[in-house]
Amino acid sequence: MSEMSEMSEMSENGKREITYLEAVREAMVQEMRRDPEVFLIGEDVGVYGGAFGVSRGMLEEFGPERIRETPISEAAIAGAATGAALMGMRPVMEIMFMDFVTISMNQLVNQAAKIRFMFGGKASIPMVVRTPAGSGTGAAAQHCQSLEALFMNVPGIKVVAPSTPYDVKGLLVASIRDNNPVVFMEHKLLYRTKGPVPEELYTVPLGQAEIKREGRDLTVVAYSIMVSRALEAAGQLAAEGIEIEVVDPRSLKPLDKETIVQSVCKTGRVLIAHEAPVTGGVGGELAAVIAGSDAFDYLDAPIRRLAGRDVPIPYNRTLERAAVPQVEDIVAAARVLAQEGR
Amino acid sequence: MPRSGNKKDDVTTRTETDVEAGLSLVVADGDRLLEELPREKLAWMLQKMCEIRYFEEKAEELYIRGLVHGTMHLSIGQEASAVGSTSALRPDDLIIHHHRGHGHTIAKGADITLMMAEFLGKEPGYCRGRGGSMHIADIPGGNLGATGVVGSGMPTAVGIGLALQMRRSDQVLLCFFGDGAANLGEFHEALNMASIWKLPVVFICENNQYGMSMSVRRSMNIEHISTRACSYGIPGKTVDGNNVLAVYQTITAAVEHTRSGEGPALIENVTYRWRGHSKSDRNLYRTQEEMDAWKKLCPIRRFKEMLVEAGVMESEEVEAIDREAKATIDRAAEEALTFSEPSPENMEDEVYAP
Repeated sequence: MSEMSEMSEMSENGKREITYLEAVREAMVQEMRRDPEVFLIGEDVGVYGGAFGVSRGMLEEFGPERIRETPISEAAIAGAATGAALMGMRPVMEIMFMDFVTISMNQLVNQAAKIRFMFGGKASIPMVVRTPAGSGTGAAAQHCQSLEALFMNVPGIKVVAPSTPYDVKGLLVASIRDNNPVVFMEHKLLYRTKGPVPEELYTVPLGQAEIKREGRDLTVVAYSIMVSRALEAAGQLAAEGIEIEVVDPRSLKPLDKETIVQSVCKTGRVLIAHEAPVTGGVGGELAAVIAGSDAFDYLDAPIRRLAGRDVPIPYNRTLERAAVPQVEDIVAAARVLAQEGR
Repeated sequence: MPRSGNKKDDVTTRTETDVEAGLSLVVADGDRLLEELPREKLAWMLQKMCEIRYFEEKAEELYIRGLVHGTMHLSIGQEASAVGSTSALRPDDLIIHHHRGHGHTIAKGADITLMMAEFLGKEPGYCRGRGGSMHIADIPGGNLGATGVVGSGMPTAVGIGLALQMRRSDQVLLCFFGDGAANLGEFHEALNMASIWKLPVVFICENNQYGMSMSVRRSMNIEHISTRACSYGIPGKTVDGNNVLAVYQTITAAVEHTRSGEGPALIENVTYRWRGHSKSDRNLYRTQEEMDAWKKLCPIRRFKEMLVEAGVMESEEVEAIDREAKATIDRAAEEALTFSEPSPENMEDEVYAP
């Protein structure tokens, strides 16, 4: 789209750079041009462009039938996506804030996730649930949650949490082409971040982690917003002579266990970082995967988790920052872990 | 239309008089169809109704014999609602339905042996033993499945209707749900969304008087669920759901309306569940008198009488159809019992589509 090309810039090495938000839009636009079965459905996705402006300009290109605005009806939005997917279309539904996905839960958990299995593998539900998650915007307890753990425990659903503009485009294209319901978490604070993104269509396969930074001293497993925070922490720690390896699973389900385990085998220490509350969070699952793997014999220190505190996200800026891990928390935790057991 | 007195606190159930009073308000003018409809169609309708009755009785028997692992929700007494509704469809039209769904599945033309196999949890069953009684689907046959969570099929129906509309199909979807579902938020969201987009979905509320033990008298402050259609600007009609021809006629009109692009309709088939909600039901919430009164309105017996009285069939012909239906069910059960059990190996392979 013209708007997008105007906004894009070239980086120093000549690669085109766009924002995470633009990369989400570009993935949808290019997939919709390629495949007439793909459409976007959600609240205010038309003229308004979605609450965060992700779909801005798409109505003009694709029209109101494929950029389908809905009433405030999260259950029916999820049902509309599920039913259309059952018919073989490839809906991308937008839920304005991940918190509101709770209103869609019956359709997602009891219908979309179950239909294939309970009908004996004779149907499939190719749909994407795109939803902004995470805190840092001062929107408080009902507009800031990271609910990935709820979906992790539902067989039939896949969960993706991209951290960079490159990943978010490739993973969204892969999610749209996937033949299953995919919960696709977009972090609000990442929307404005920029990075190199190829103009052509490409996919980043689900279930393929990426080592975002190599290091010998300890592994930080981080996804979504925690990747950039871990990378910033890594820069600070490098000045102290501590080299951390940042592993980004990118998709939580399916999970690339091998890359995580190999990294921990190499470093012997692992810190798992996420924004969602620690109790019952994804970190516990990752810790169990590592503890039950070949990496167990290589561990020089206990597996550590650095996650959100067990509180709803508070409004006040200081409280909000304190509720979820920040760069300085990762630096401090990694510093301690690097010395543990020595 | 609101009832004159607020009976929210009145926990007594309907009396015989109430039943008659209720039915006197519904449309029941299907008799003319006895002359107009081809004899083969009428015979097919009776055959399917008898098959449903005998399927449910066989299901109950198999359960009592200890051959069934799960629960079941029997639709004895509601056969006219299922058959009258699907009789209004073209073969390529679609249905989505609910946990009390054996009748709809048979009425949509499913293979009864494969249904019985699914009920018994066998590998050759429609869902390879993964779904069971509550989730029988026959996707190629246009049965997009039964949902076990009350009301869940309604928002999904919106999506099916949306796909039909976006693909410029002239197929129609029937979405069956119960009186209990009519009090869910999903009912409202689905009807509203289907109405603003004029989706090709006929919503059929099978009002069998109870959501488990909660009677419609106590669960809503209106006499007819179809009156809720006015909230969505769509046609709504209540019909004698125990008169298969009245159902056929009403659903046919609704399907025509919907197929012509005019959007959804809400039809209420007033009927009655003879058996308990499920196997745990001890019928503590209703009286024997009430159950007996409704049994006098048996949809199968009424249809047989209509056919004979109108001279469409001799009573021997009617009984021959009945006997053949029973034999079909007996054969299906016998065969399905011999089918193989599914293997627990590689169960995970079917959770995700490749």
